[in-house]
Amino acid sequence: MPTPTPIVTPAAVSAPGAAAVGVRIENLVKTFGSFEVLRDISFSVAPGEIFVLMGPSGSGKSVLLKHLVGLELPTSGRVEVDGRDASSPRTREEVRMALVFQAGALFNSMTVYDNLALYPREHRTDDEAGIREKVMRALQILSLENAGHKLPAELSGGMKKRVAIARALVMEPQLMLYDEPTSELDPVMAATITEIIATLKEQYHVTTIVVSHDRDLAFGIADRVGILMGGRLISLGPPEDLRQPRDPRIADFLNPPIDLQNPRFKQLET
Amino acid sequence: MRQLIRILEGIGSTVLLCVRAASYAPTLPRQFGRFIEQCYLIGYTTMPIVAILSFFIGAVLALQSGTAAANIGPKQFIGLLVGLTMARELGPVMAAVLLAGRVGSAIAAELASMKVYQEIDALETMNIPPARMLVAPRLAAVLAMMPVLTIMADLVGWFGGAIVAKYTQTISIEPASYFATMRQYMDFGDVLNGLVKAEVFGFVVVLVCCNIGLNTRGGPREIGASVTRAVVVSLILILVLDYFLTKALL
Repeated sequence: MPTPTPIVTPAAVSAPGAAAVGVRIENLVKTFGSFEVLRDISFSVAPGEIFVLMGPSGSGKSVLLKHLVGLELPTSGRVEVDGRDASSPRTREEVRMALVFQAGALFNSMTVYDNLALYPREHRTDDEAGIREKVMRALQILSLENAGHKLPAELSGGMKKRVAIARALVMEPQLMLYDEPTSELDPVMAATITEIIATLKEQYHVTTIVVSHDRDLAFGIADRVGILMGGRLISLGPPEDLRQPRDPRIADFLNPPIDLQNPRFKQLET
Repeated sequence: MRQLIRILEGIGSTVLLCVRAASYAPTLPRQFGRFIEQCYLIGYTTMPIVAILSFFIGAVLALQSGTAAANIGPKQFIGLLVGLTMARELGPVMAAVLLAGRVGSAIAAELASMKVYQEIDALETMNIPPARMLVAPRLAAVLAMMPVLTIMADLVGWFGGAIVAKYTQTISIEPASYFATMRQYMDFGDVLNGLVKAEVFGFVVVLVCCNIGLNTRGGPREIGASVTRAVVVSLILILVLDYFLTKALL
């Protein structure tokens, strides 16, 4: 039986030498109207660390992630990337940050190749030959060599996520952010994406923050895991601490019991 | 009160977008490909519909004025009436209305879709300002294409009027006579007047449609709502601006 080709080919990965950056969040509060989405969040992520932020849907994970790239502004508190205010447009100019969106957010009118080439073209980081080399290398790393000419609409969900990661990779980021990278994927593709995240961090030494529901991802690759519930960070520590959590809310979230005698949706109704 | 605040917010964000896009004007030479693409979409694809409508507007103008004038006498002035009306008023207004309906709606739909599906957010995280990549080339293209569309609308409208004036039994004016009054009483200032209007209308339509598209919030349903809003606001602005520009340019 032939050995399957790994999606990420470590030999193809060559570190670009960008210095990883740290992240610091201090007393972050975010409200939309009268609704408080994030309540007094404080934590930091060290350069080169993989930090996984978990929590139920609607707990504010994605909103928190958006603060790091300046897509959302804090109501109060401070978010710093490499010691700079993340809400300042200058930070985006000085620190290379890449966000892999949950749905990929690929540019639908462009081919996969042009999606990847957009950043270096717009920022004139290389000439066209250099851009081609970078794009082809990123496509090769994610085993997408034959997808360059395709439009995003022609790709499967897993391929879209890989293209989004490849696009981020071309930016040679110092901070890599993933929003639900394994959602809507089958277990094999979810494991593949998890391996890609870990391999890229290993090879590029890039600071990585992942927002996810995926326990396997968190326990498999995280250096530290934070649990966000109701807008509050209720747990922060190495993944080992979460294998047998003492907090019943965390235990219930990570290992939700299925009780047909007392179903959850009935509790929701009351 | 909430509606008023929304209108003021809309005006503020449109002005801000205009300033941002203008600040990226120096980047246009290296966005030449995008500029040409937008010129094609705004100019070339709009030409057929502008031509068809202008022809019939000129024809209707000649028919109405010719029929009325036939009872009074001065039929030879039909050429001047059609010429002036097309050049100063209907040419630019019709070109702008068609621009709003055909191009403005497409711009609003494209940008709203990009916003809803997070492509705009992706651009921002890549430190590529949407005002530079998506708005500035469109504004430059509309400024380049509106005079072309308007002059074409004028010429086709005049031509439509001439045909009706010749072949309608009650009017029956030779094209030579029709165009002679136009040449005698009109000058380039009349055409220029229309071109100034067309530039203002085109710029405002594209700017408003870009702004509404980029400020779309919510899900896919909002894309349709944004397109409707963009076209309605554009049409209102064309007619309101037309009054003030006409007054200023008289």
